[in-house]
Amino acid sequence: MTTTLSEADSKALLSGFGVKFLPEALVVSPAEAVAFARDFASPMALKLCGSNIAHKSERGLVHLGVVGTDAVSRSCQELLDAARPEDNVTGVLIAPMATGLREFIAGIAFDPMFGPTVVFGLGGVLAEAIADVTVRLAPLRRHDAVDMVQSLRTQSLFGPFRGESEVDIDALADLLCALSFAASEIDALISIDLNPVMIVEGLPVALDALVEVASEVVPS
Amino acid sequence: MISTEHFKALFDPRAIVVAGASTHPGKFGFVALHNILSCGYVGEVFATNRERSEVLGRPTLADLTEVPDGVADLVFVCTPASSNPELLRQAAAKGIRAVFIASAGYGESGEEGLALQSELVDLANQLDLLIVGPNGQGLVSTPSHLCAQIVAPYPPAGRIGIASQSGNFVSSFMNLSRQSGVGVSRAISVGNAAQVGVIDMLEYYADDPETTVGLVYLEGVAEGRVFADRLEAVCRRMPVVILKGGASGSGAKAAASHTGSLATDDRVFDGMCRQMGAARASSVAEAFDIAAAFATLPVPSGPRVAVVTTVGGWGVLAADATATTNLELLDLPDDLRSTLDGLLPPRWSRNNPIDLAGGETKDTVPAVLDAVVGHRDIDATLVLGMGIQSNQGRLEREGPFYPDHGLERIVAFHDRQDTRYVEVALAASAASNKPVLIASELSVADPSNAAVSAVREAGRYCFASAERAVRALHFMNERVRWLESFSTEPSPDR
Repeated sequence: MTTTLSEADSKALLSGFGVKFLPEALVVSPAEAVAFARDFASPMALKLCGSNIAHKSERGLVHLGVVGTDAVSRSCQELLDAARPEDNVTGVLIAPMATGLREFIAGIAFDPMFGPTVVFGLGGVLAEAIADVTVRLAPLRRHDAVDMVQSLRTQSLFGPFRGESEVDIDALADLLCALSFAASEIDALISIDLNPVMIVEGLPVALDALVEVASEVVPS
Repeated sequence: MISTEHFKALFDPRAIVVAGASTHPGKFGFVALHNILSCGYVGEVFATNRERSEVLGRPTLADLTEVPDGVADLVFVCTPASSNPELLRQAAAKGIRAVFIASAGYGESGEEGLALQSELVDLANQLDLLIVGPNGQGLVSTPSHLCAQIVAPYPPAGRIGIASQSGNFVSSFMNLSRQSGVGVSRAISVGNAAQVGVIDMLEYYADDPETTVGLVYLEGVAEGRVFADRLEAVCRRMPVVILKGGASGSGAKAAASHTGSLATDDRVFDGMCRQMGAARASSVAEAFDIAAAFATLPVPSGPRVAVVTTVGGWGVLAADATATTNLELLDLPDDLRSTLDGLLPPRWSRNNPIDLAGGETKDTVPAVLDAVVGHRDIDATLVLGMGIQSNQGRLEREGPFYPDHGLERIVAFHDRQDTRYVEVALAASAASNKPVLIASELSVADPSNAAVSAVREAGRYCFASAERAVRALHFMNERVRWLESFSTEPSPDR
């Protein structure tokens, strides 16, 4: 049996290993959501958060581009109302919207032959069709992390791209090394998914995180 | 514990016994003895045959107990599985340290065979014997002129060490060795790899002075992590080329996560090879190209490549091929361009690829090659178009007008020219200690061509195309980069 940590718990755990996320808050009421949103000029993203929510997008539990106090308040209430008992809901995650054209996917997958592996690839809706993905065994050396980035076929995405600045390769390598570090430190880890990792002003930011562990062990 | 001494007994035995020598020329026990006797093995050869029948005109012994004590190091086993436990005991009693088991009927044949195989390994461990196989095709060791295998060919001597999970790929690689002249030090088919496998062979090769590059065919590995760590340790000491067939045998994956489904067996294996420093080839031909490059060329000190071609098209394709590699087609430095301006007619390309545009003469080619190969900004040089003169010479020699009308003289001149160009290119490589790669499809189409022969005579490898040469050079450069990475960052604890 495996246990999937909630998005908020996954992010909290991975932050400790150096994975960068957007500023966000786990709120339990529309009033808290509105208070958090007040600090940001950009549109907000709100997601229902719980340890057992599958198919978040398909169930309409992700609200993107929410603008204004009333809309934030309404969105938060709708998400809380949509919760089912089996979702194990802990609240609503609210964060300023990140905008970027380039999305990647990064994570840890367990290979039955070689054990924990670090995975990095092109993200976005066409990711599986394009299948530009590279894998290494954890732990990584920094050389391996840089080599992973350079191993993708779609190298043009790392340069300046349609008005966005070039990607900070060092920061991407840092992210992969942080995942490798997490893989060696988290007990009974089965997988980590950062999907998508968006490039925002040249830097990789993980917009979602999912940590899966063997269920006997509850990480602190 | 299996030690280096066991592997010495396997690859350089003082004497060898063929157990189960047969009078029937179609049987393994005949072929193995035939191959050992025919290829000039340096030690003494004994053969056993239950009926003591003569085989290949030689007397045989009834069994291993009749072999003199403490003389033989290796027994090559062609006897049925059922008689092999007793054979191992007799071998150990005679001081034999290594056993190659060609016999089938073990792990490959099902549950019962697997049990026999594991009993055999236990027994070998008790007796302090190295066993290779069972169900293997044999081994080759050119320093001892040893061809102990039930298949052909016997390759020329050289520096490539082959280890394979499939005997047929040992043959494939050695056929390419014979064709190209780039030789082999050791070659072995590990069969069912009951006691030792490919990685054990690589570890021996890495410290073997006769071997400078490992060439491997793999289908799967048993303990992935351990294999990866051992592979890295080998690659720190010796380049390794891996050709892999099939899935890694890891079965269904936990595909719960998205990244999990993207980390396919092949991607994991591919990444493991890169990470541990091995060159993963995509075909038999590419694998041999890379191994031959490592076996015969100095290692480049960087990615900057110059292409020298006698005429246009080849250089264009070579330039295209570099685009998908880590190599850099260097913009010609000004001083080199001026030097070449002084040597070539004005129509030359004036950039890289360096297209001589038919301006080559017996004096310009050596001067151009010296200037290019020796230039401080150039790490490697690809030379194309060698052999076209002697190819025309061949047509003239085989035509109806030969040897009249001055043809005899010009044909001989063409051959001399091509030979000379190649010699000059290789001398420039030796003088600068930089790789010079010569590529022409004539290496396959007409191995007797003067340029191709000259490459072979020099102990070098004539690549079959510019793209294949570029690919091999790419892997050499990958290895240089990988080795350099350890100067700033050690291996992690795995």
